Amino acid sequence: MHVSSKKSPLTWAVHISVVALVALWLFPTVGLFVSSFRTADQIANTGWWKALFTQERQAPAIRIAGNEEEIDGQFVIAGNLFESDEVEISKWGTSSRAPEAYVPGDSVDVGDGASLTVAADGAFRLSAPQSFGDSRLPRVFTTATRPPEFTLENYRFVLFDPGNREGMARAFFNTLTVTIPATIIPIVIAAFAAYALAWMRFPGRSLLIAAVVGLLVVPLQLALIPLLRLHNEIGIGKGYLGVWLAHTGFGLPLAIYLLRNYMVGLPRDIIENARVDGATDFQIFVKIILPLSFPALASFAIFQFLWTWNDLLVALVFLIDSTGETTVMTKQIVELLGTRGGNWEILATSAFVSIAVPLVVFFAMQKYLVRGLLAGSVK
Amino acid sequence: MHPALQGLITIIVGVGGCVGYFYFSNQFLDRVLFPATGKHAGRNINRANQIRPWLFLFPALFALGLYLAYPVFATLWLSVTDRDAGGAFVGLANYSQMFGEPKFWEAMTNNMLWLIIVPAFSTGFGLLAAQLTDRISWGGIAKSLIFMPMAISFVGAAVIWKLVYDTRPVGQDQIGVLNAVWLSFDGGVWSVLVLKLVPIALVAIFAAFMGFVIYQTLRPVIGREKGHGETHWWGYVLRGLLSLAAVWMLWLSLGSILSLFSASLPYGEPQTWLTIPFWNSIFLMVVLVWIQTGFAMVILSAALRGIPEETIEAAVIDGANPFQIFFKIKVPQIMSTIVVVWTTITIVVLKVFDIVFAMTNGQWETQVLANYMYDKLFRANDWGVGSASAMIIMLLVTPILAWNVYNARKETR
Repeated sequence: MHVSSKKSPLTWAVHISVVALVALWLFPTVGLFVSSFRTADQIANTGWWKALFTQERQAPAIRIAGNEEEIDGQFVIAGNLFESDEVEISKWGTSSRAPEAYVPGDSVDVGDGASLTVAADGAFRLSAPQSFGDSRLPRVFTTATRPPEFTLENYRFVLFDPGNREGMARAFFNTLTVTIPATIIPIVIAAFAAYALAWMRFPGRSLLIAAVVGLLVVPLQLALIPLLRLHNEIGIGKGYLGVWLAHTGFGLPLAIYLLRNYMVGLPRDIIENARVDGATDFQIFVKIILPLSFPALASFAIFQFLWTWNDLLVALVFLIDSTGETTVMTKQIVELLGTRGGNWEILATSAFVSIAVPLVVFFAMQKYLVRGLLAGSVK
Repeated sequence: MHPALQGLITIIVGVGGCVGYFYFSNQFLDRVLFPATGKHAGRNINRANQIRPWLFLFPALFALGLYLAYPVFATLWLSVTDRDAGGAFVGLANYSQMFGEPKFWEAMTNNMLWLIIVPAFSTGFGLLAAQLTDRISWGGIAKSLIFMPMAISFVGAAVIWKLVYDTRPVGQDQIGVLNAVWLSFDGGVWSVLVLKLVPIALVAIFAAFMGFVIYQTLRPVIGREKGHGETHWWGYVLRGLLSLAAVWMLWLSLGSILSLFSASLPYGEPQTWLTIPFWNSIFLMVVLVWIQTGFAMVILSAALRGIPEETIEAAVIDGANPFQIFFKIKVPQIMSTIVVVWTTITIVVLKVFDIVFAMTNGQWETQVLANYMYDKLFRANDWGVGSASAMIIMLLVTPILAWNVYNARKETR
């Protein structure tokens, strides 16, 4: 801004502080993102921040396999330990007690007169005077530097593996099923109410507005037991209908408040003119108010979408029954935290699947979100 | 039926039903009940217009009443009855049972800490970020990156931060950032500087700030300065509460300075961060601060831009430095917005459930009220005590509720 538009040391300090702040805020999420593309073994052995660099580490044992060939009276099995050709071995061994016993090129006796040699690029040659037959071939321990390596296997397993009972595919669709009606229905109901509160004259209007403002902050924790009991009594029980109704009820105060604030600001002339021309309130609402209120409708839609997509408590209480058929992603992740606390490749991938959609919505519609926030809390 | 299909039908039925309801009820009102024809046309139009608002409002009022207003009273009633005795009235027995439980007081203490620390740091960082990003060309991008955690669910954030706090046994590579950083300290001069002197300085600054807050809140009460207008009795109550909270914070920070001085830190040992009492609560709060800072930043940044240029230019001409401009010109002008942001975050904090539920589930002394309530309601199946704790949350929200309603009434009048 105008205060120090010349390049002073202070400007540089500002730049550096913002870089630091952004890095600090981004770092945890990036960690999860990077981890979701690493194998279980990589995650367990090194920090994710090392994933981008070539690194030296001990790999788990690889058992030698391959077809036997007879060359000059020697039975030989040859091949390469690694699929990638960018791996470079610095030390290797044949037992877990001395995994770094040899250097590449060494020829080692592995018993029964067989000898094994491993080259730096992972090429091995196992030879013996007699056939190996069905005997177990030796294992090779390697300490090697390898380039960064990423995999999509976690996503395949979490989303598409039919054998994975803890997969996210079903939870994803359940979440979607909860979210869409729970976003659209309150908008419709709230839009009419907001119009009445903004542009119709009737006794008790300001009292109702105050009541809506009051209900904005009522904690939904209070609603859990009374409403669950009510749902059970009228036969809805736990299920989608109940969770849609609950989200509608809890979202309404904000919806009415936001939309009313916006509609009140619309130009009075347009509405008065339409009235003079004989339009009914219903026509004014549908043909004039709704199209003009699009930004406010969009802001609330984003709020409600994020809130219902990310919700855990309402789903736990009103939706998920003991069969677990209707589980949502947030609940699935909490379960995984309990049962798969150490399996970061599954946890990270599942969590990222669930936060990807809100992130896309967030970045695509940020303008409306900010506008809604400003309308909702700054007066 | 497939749930997706069911969802689609619900959308159609729900939306169609709503629109149909509004359309046909209006038609009914205008054509059948009070037709705008015949000899009573004028009177009928007036009557129809008196009823119409209620047609528009009915679904919303019904839903609000059923889903938010009714539960307040139902919960109040549940909190003074005993479910096992067939819903008999038991007076305050549930409350006294709850007040006798150490877990409840642990949740209360933690909640108070959350209530002070999270809004303070979120608003503080938000203000800092708003002020800094407004001054640079790529501020927009920086803002949206800091704002991003708002879109992440509390559960997602819990997973993200659990990875940060992860612990591996001694000798293995640490995969949690916090432990990796921790293990890079070995107890030398550098460690003492970073882990002792810097934190002590930060806490001391915080303590000094708290002292300043106490001074500012109590100054008018003690009565050196008169003439700021009359203060209501609730003004004194508010000041009293604020200064009590500040005294508590001052006491806590002085205590932690002392313990930081005397502590011998276990260098070289990986820590299980979420099991260290008191500090684990702080680590959970970090998650919420991380999420809420973006919100505070967006709102405060808009407020900062709304400040009239002239006031700043006048200050520049008078020779004020950037810090003076910020603290003496800008901050006082956006004070009302800061209060709004602070209270909004306070409400979020009061309802915080998912983070604690997913990360520690209230173990290792991290319990908070909302999770305590969930435990009582759905694990212990004790509706009485559960409802009583829900009423405590309601009670804590009530001042904010009253304040909001008071303002809204003032505005619409």
